[in-house]
Amino acid sequence: MSTYADYVTGEPVVDGKAPEGPIGERWDTRRFEAKLVNPANRRKHTVIVVGTGLAGGSAGATLAEQGYHVVQFCYQDSPRRAHSIAAQGGINAAKNYRNDGDSVHRLFYDTVKGGDFRARESNVHRLAQISVEIIDQCVAQGVPFAREYGGLLDTRSFGGVQVSRTFYARGQTGQQLLLGAYQALSRQIAAGNVEMRPRTEMLDLIVIDGRARGIVARDLITGRIDTYFADAVVLASGGYGNVFYLSTNAMNSNATAVWRAHRRGALFANPCFTQIHPTCIPRTGEHQSKLTLMSESLRNDGRIWVPEAKGDTRPADRIPEDERDYYLERIYPSFGNLVPRDIASRAAKNVCDEGRGVGPGGQGVYLDFADAIARMGRKAVEAKYGNLFDMYQRITDEDPYEVPMRIYPAVHYTMGGLWVDYDLQTTVPGLFAIGEANFSDHGANRLGASALMQGLADGYFVLPATINDYLARHPRQGDTGRQHPVVQEVLAETEDRLNLLLAVDGDRTPDSFHREVGELMWEFCGMARTDSGLRKALERIPQIREEFWRRIKVPGTGEEFNQSLEKANRVVDYLELAELMCLDALHRAESCGGHFREESQTPDGEAERRDEEFTYAAAWEFTGTGTAPVLHREDLVFEYVHPTQRSYA
Amino acid sequence: MKLTLRVWRQRAADADGAMSTYDVDGISPDMSFLEMLDTLNEELILRGEDPVAFDHDCREGICGACSLVINGDAHGPERTTTCQLHMRSFADGDTIDVEPWRASAFPVIKDLVVDRSAFDRIIQAGGYITAPTGAAPEAHATAVPKPDADFAFEHAECIGCGACVAACPNGAAMLFTSAKINHLNVLPQGAPERETRVLDMVERMDDEGFGGCTLAGECATACPKGIPLVSITSMNKEWLRAARKAGKR
Repeated sequence: MSTYADYVTGEPVVDGKAPEGPIGERWDTRRFEAKLVNPANRRKHTVIVVGTGLAGGSAGATLAEQGYHVVQFCYQDSPRRAHSIAAQGGINAAKNYRNDGDSVHRLFYDTVKGGDFRARESNVHRLAQISVEIIDQCVAQGVPFAREYGGLLDTRSFGGVQVSRTFYARGQTGQQLLLGAYQALSRQIAAGNVEMRPRTEMLDLIVIDGRARGIVARDLITGRIDTYFADAVVLASGGYGNVFYLSTNAMNSNATAVWRAHRRGALFANPCFTQIHPTCIPRTGEHQSKLTLMSESLRNDGRIWVPEAKGDTRPADRIPEDERDYYLERIYPSFGNLVPRDIASRAAKNVCDEGRGVGPGGQGVYLDFADAIARMGRKAVEAKYGNLFDMYQRITDEDPYEVPMRIYPAVHYTMGGLWVDYDLQTTVPGLFAIGEANFSDHGANRLGASALMQGLADGYFVLPATINDYLARHPRQGDTGRQHPVVQEVLAETEDRLNLLLAVDGDRTPDSFHREVGELMWEFCGMARTDSGLRKALERIPQIREEFWRRIKVPGTGEEFNQSLEKANRVVDYLELAELMCLDALHRAESCGGHFREESQTPDGEAERRDEEFTYAAAWEFTGTGTAPVLHREDLVFEYVHPTQRSYA
Repeated sequence: MKLTLRVWRQRAADADGAMSTYDVDGISPDMSFLEMLDTLNEELILRGEDPVAFDHDCREGICGACSLVINGDAHGPERTTTCQLHMRSFADGDTIDVEPWRASAFPVIKDLVVDRSAFDRIIQAGGYITAPTGAAPEAHATAVPKPDADFAFEHAECIGCGACVAACPNGAAMLFTSAKINHLNVLPQGAPERETRVLDMVERMDDEGFGGCTLAGECATACPKGIPLVSITSMNKEWLRAARKAGKR
């Protein structure tokens, strides 16, 4: 009997959309080659956009501005609440306003290198090119970026780079950028170009004759399950970090839209590439429902340390300077506290594993601002980080102006996602994926302040240009109606699934299963992964799944506002996605970026890539729940940035 | 900690509601208020009862989803969002009342969940700068004096939670509306639509059934982001200026 881990390798998957030629000209070439839709015809085309974060909000607004009819969905009560709003630190752009040697090429180079040479060069270069337009766009919308006294925009530096290219709005950059997109979207809603459906969750994708033609979605207030048709479907539903139960994602962020699309034929690429963010507030106990990130910008001025000696339980202020180990500054003297996230996280794990961690359970390291306060004065520190310090104090009841913060890594972002070509189209024609929902730009590790850049690049500039080509080449098909046999089947599957969840009437809550699979993933598919651990997880996940369908308890009915039912349905998908993540991590027997396999490390404990075997994106094809998927490789070619061992020393 | 909760339960928008009493035990002072409600809900589910519905998402105090009136105060005793309120703010043995936002413009959907879509419609009426994608000039083409940029930011911080409306004895949305108007109207980019913005947004605010402002000041006290009460004064000035210009008064 073949097991899930006995995957087979299928045909390679090829990105047929990125043009040849010098990398700096490819985006122009593609835009010129892409067919256009006559402006007068655009209003006859309907585009569904799922999600209203930076990618979805900006895409919906821009498509509507172009004249398309947009139907947009979010599970929140308002499109203003998508989790992009919680991004704190900033957004990168190669403006070189500081005259510090930045350029499009340097941003491109830093991103490819930071991603540990597992991203596609063409996409990353385009991202770097577009970065400068994003800042212009956002300023025009009234996004209140931080400014200097002369009235010009301020920037700061961020992990993994040596230039100051990060634009920010205090510690609320994501909020301000999202509100900019939300306001642009609101203008289009008022104009009647966007039909906004809040509190409505996508539960499945409708694929007819090989093309994405619509979605099945549930009205979360009435429970009504309905079908929505369109000429193209755009998923901007975010990442899948909540598979770990504890993460910095919002409580309701989920993987259902991308996973259901995967089940309907979209390949899922590099699912094991998850980012563990180094600066989160440590957990306090079993009741913990989510983790809170402290912006990486804190590493600009805060110094990270642990006691030199194991088991040193003295309070921080009683540990003299020469008995402290500023381990990042020691190991990586040129980048110091500003090494990329994956490296900072692993280093924190290592010192805690050595028994030198601080705080309850030894699961924490200090992030100390004493030197910064002495150097800049408390007022300057307050102006720069005040809201983050307040947030820390509120959660921990400790004053970070007086005692060092305690931080520990937590799941934050997923670089993997639906496989897309240069046009951001998945392997299902007519289905596009943008923002964190796709896999394309960050390789095996995302640099700080690049998620906002990618979300807005995709939504404002890339998708609105490339989707034209698809719409122009495919005749409008319109509403097939609920009676179409494919639609009937998708609807029936969705209804059956929800009805079954309600019917089991077992003795365990949806959260208890979510927590169980999350803890398993954190242990075996978290910061360090091994062959044997991943095999253990792969053995356990089908058992949890089986138990889930025997013991799940969901009160109430499907025809009402039912948050337990929403949650249980999301857990169904986590229980399948978790398995694919573990398999992907098992098959990739190398370390790269956020994926650290203990078997593949350099003598000094750094991630060791195995380029000859693994210079590819792994795109997986679904074959059935619990049955071995098919691996399709996309070979990655590096013409401009030669892969080297990443060095931040 | 052991607590007694009195929670507003209402099956649906058109159903009658009432306070129901629940005892919770084993509550840690480090729990957030919502984690305490999670604990209650886990127990309710296992008992086969309907868990308490409440809005929440980021649990970092920024998305604006959470919206509980706790012991009569919007977001409870601390000046923060409900999700950032921790149980250390309460004492063992306390009885805590938990209700939804109460305002006629925010009808209850279920239990503690209300419909705040009126806020979205106020923004749709003019809470934006018309800047279609691709039409933007170079970002440094217009310098913005730092005090103006900071003023804009301080008002742009509004998270749209609705605590201002819930706290107001009149159910007014003046603080919410003024925050957006002040954010955009102070910026040079927002100048071309300065008058229409304030007139249209205020008109929509009135049409949505929010009450009038009597400067009670409760809104600014409840605001988790510290939007100041003078924000309303600035909006009124903007409105008067625009109305005169438009020849309305």
